[in-house]
Amino acid sequence: MSEKNTTKFRSKRKAQNTTDIITYILLSILGFMWVFPFIIIILISFREEKGMDLSYVIPKTFSFQNYIDLFTVPIGSDVTFFTWFKNTLLISIVVTIVSTFFVLSVSFTMSRIRFKMRRTFMNIALILGMFPGFMSMSAIYIILDAFKMTGKLSSLMLCYSASAGLGFYVAKGFFDTIPKAMDEAAWIDGATKWTVFTKITMPLSKPIIVYTVLTSFMGPWMDYIFVAYIMRTQYDKYTVARGLYMMIDREHAQTMYTQFCAGAVVVSIPLAIVFLSMQKCYTEGLSGSVKG
Amino acid sequence: MENNTGNGQNNYQTTPCHEVDYDRALPIVLGQIFTYGDLFTKLSFLIMGFSNIIRGQIIKGFIFLLTEVMFFYYLLMENGGVYHLGRLITLGTNPASQGDGDFGQIIYNDDSRKCLLFGVATIVIIFAFIALWAESLRSGYEAQYFVAKGKRPNSFYRDIQIYFDKKIYRTLLFLPITGVLIFTVLPIIFMICIGFTNYNMEHNGYTRLIDWIGFDMFGKVLHMGSDPDGGVNKFSHTFWTVLGWTLIWAVATTFLCYIFGMILAMVINRKGIKYKKFWRTLFITSVAVPQFVSLLIMRSFLSEFGLLNSVLRNIGISDPPNWLGDSNLAKVVVIIVNLWVGIPYTMLITTGILMNIPAELYEAAKVDGANAVTTFFKITLPYMIFVTTPYLIQQFIGNINNFNVIYLLTGGGPNLDLDKYQAGDTDLLVTWLYKLTMDSKDYNLASVIGILIFILSATFSLITYRSSGSYKNEEEFQ
Repeated sequence: MSEKNTTKFRSKRKAQNTTDIITYILLSILGFMWVFPFIIIILISFREEKGMDLSYVIPKTFSFQNYIDLFTVPIGSDVTFFTWFKNTLLISIVVTIVSTFFVLSVSFTMSRIRFKMRRTFMNIALILGMFPGFMSMSAIYIILDAFKMTGKLSSLMLCYSASAGLGFYVAKGFFDTIPKAMDEAAWIDGATKWTVFTKITMPLSKPIIVYTVLTSFMGPWMDYIFVAYIMRTQYDKYTVARGLYMMIDREHAQTMYTQFCAGAVVVSIPLAIVFLSMQKCYTEGLSGSVKG
Repeated sequence: MENNTGNGQNNYQTTPCHEVDYDRALPIVLGQIFTYGDLFTKLSFLIMGFSNIIRGQIIKGFIFLLTEVMFFYYLLMENGGVYHLGRLITLGTNPASQGDGDFGQIIYNDDSRKCLLFGVATIVIIFAFIALWAESLRSGYEAQYFVAKGKRPNSFYRDIQIYFDKKIYRTLLFLPITGVLIFTVLPIIFMICIGFTNYNMEHNGYTRLIDWIGFDMFGKVLHMGSDPDGGVNKFSHTFWTVLGWTLIWAVATTFLCYIFGMILAMVINRKGIKYKKFWRTLFITSVAVPQFVSLLIMRSFLSEFGLLNSVLRNIGISDPPNWLGDSNLAKVVVIIVNLWVGIPYTMLITTGILMNIPAELYEAAKVDGANAVTTFFKITLPYMIFVTTPYLIQQFIGNINNFNVIYLLTGGGPNLDLDKYQAGDTDLLVTWLYKLTMDSKDYNLASVIGILIFILSATFSLITYRSSGSYKNEEEFQ
């Protein structure tokens, strides 16, 4: 009886092992498919031979020239990637400060304070989010034009941060999980709601603050539509995303493709590190919002 | 404190004062204030802050009065609010004209777009003023109420303190809401209005002024069948074709990403798989790299003479397919590339939730002799769908508006159906809207499409979202 059991157990173990091996092979193939394009970009960024559509993958000569050219050789008129990098950094620092403040204020209010218009505001925010963003692009241009603000970096900062308050859902989900009893205890001790906000809720919310800071910081690095619409042909006011986009349009693609890949690596590596490091907050924040 | 209330009680006998239920609708609240208010409070309906000034809240009262003066000055001044409201109706009467001679400078006069913008802005300002006016009345009545109860109305300093305590929501929301008003609400109202005008290539707004045309454009877009004069109605033909593809795309991408992402998460979660963290990171790397970078690279791989086809040619396939050049193939390819983009993301989201599924459910299923497939469809999937409904809706709407994948991969092309107006075969409604604004300057058509996209996503989400547990039981976890 017991022997029979052991053989059964063994065969089961064997089956388990084979499925394990199959799973590993499957995961390796899939993983390779997902990482493959990025390996190729890195390879191309070190390739000395220019040109876009070469029929081999591994470069014949490796060099750092693309990275050096990226920051020194002007593109178009006399703008280099460095200018775009500087613009983007400046914009995203300002945007981060403003939007983090906006998002945290709105989400704290919506989560912790009960007032008459609360539900209305939350529904309005939902409704506004359902309009396609590009629809209002030309209107924003006319508004900026009416205030004589087009073509300035500050107008881009405004565009990216002014409506940040609408993106409060994830942070609100996080605040909802902090027990309300803590607030109530503080009120009984005579604390005002402002004190609760700054002295109790904020120190407990480091993950969500980090999450908000990082997501708002990443925003300006990704946008390639608004920049072009507001800056038109002022290439020296572009951001990296639009600059990279310009590098592989029809006019520049053949000569600049390797530099584009170098630029893509330069932009992606910091953003990827940021993303991977906040991955935990990210899933927690999102599954928090899913739960309630 | 106790004494004070006692005094109040005494006064209450002599001067009657009524509680106003501020939670009710605004007209009812104002009506109550008007009936219960004394002469000064009633006068506050005309002179804002009057009641406050009389009862000693001088700074507050004068702030109210000052805003009222400023508001009416803005309305009545030259080129002020009333003027803008008038021009909102006409949208300008005096187009730009050319000066003397062949090369005379253009003399700019009315600009219909600015007429519309300032008109809409004036309406927003009027609403904001009405809100402030109601607030001033409320505050005026409160002052009266306090005095009637024998208490001193709040000092200005105390009022400010309240704005950091009980009314902190106003302090915290003020700037964010102002930003949203100027950069989201105002543009959206403006663009909705554009849908009812003839603002397009032929009517640019300053040399040829814009006019209101009502629902004409909606009629042209939604109209089914052919034109009365026999030709194909390009607008509606394009709209219905693009809408059809948008829905197919949204359903296919949402569900395929969801199912495959979940399967991937389950495979990695499986007992006995080692280095789970390594596998997850491998897939998540593709989410971490900015989308426009990965998609632009995908495009260059898939292009007619791109890397993929060069490799295929080297292997010996002399005539490899043009992946993004054939309309049906392109549709399949964009869906597959979107899977490549979306699966790791779903995996990231579902990993945590999958681990929360009670293990007893699986054990019970095992005892009953259910195999892996049955367990997946009878336990995992229903549980996941129950928990992640809001996420699914969000993904579905996100996919209807998935601009990046289409715009960066195909740019909407290939453009084989010539009966379509400014749209290619893989264009979604959003990318079509974008082309209409940027390339052909059909602003009114673009606005109509935008409104229709809104109606589409609003219907899908409001019905499902409002009936979902997480909306109804918001307080449950607190």
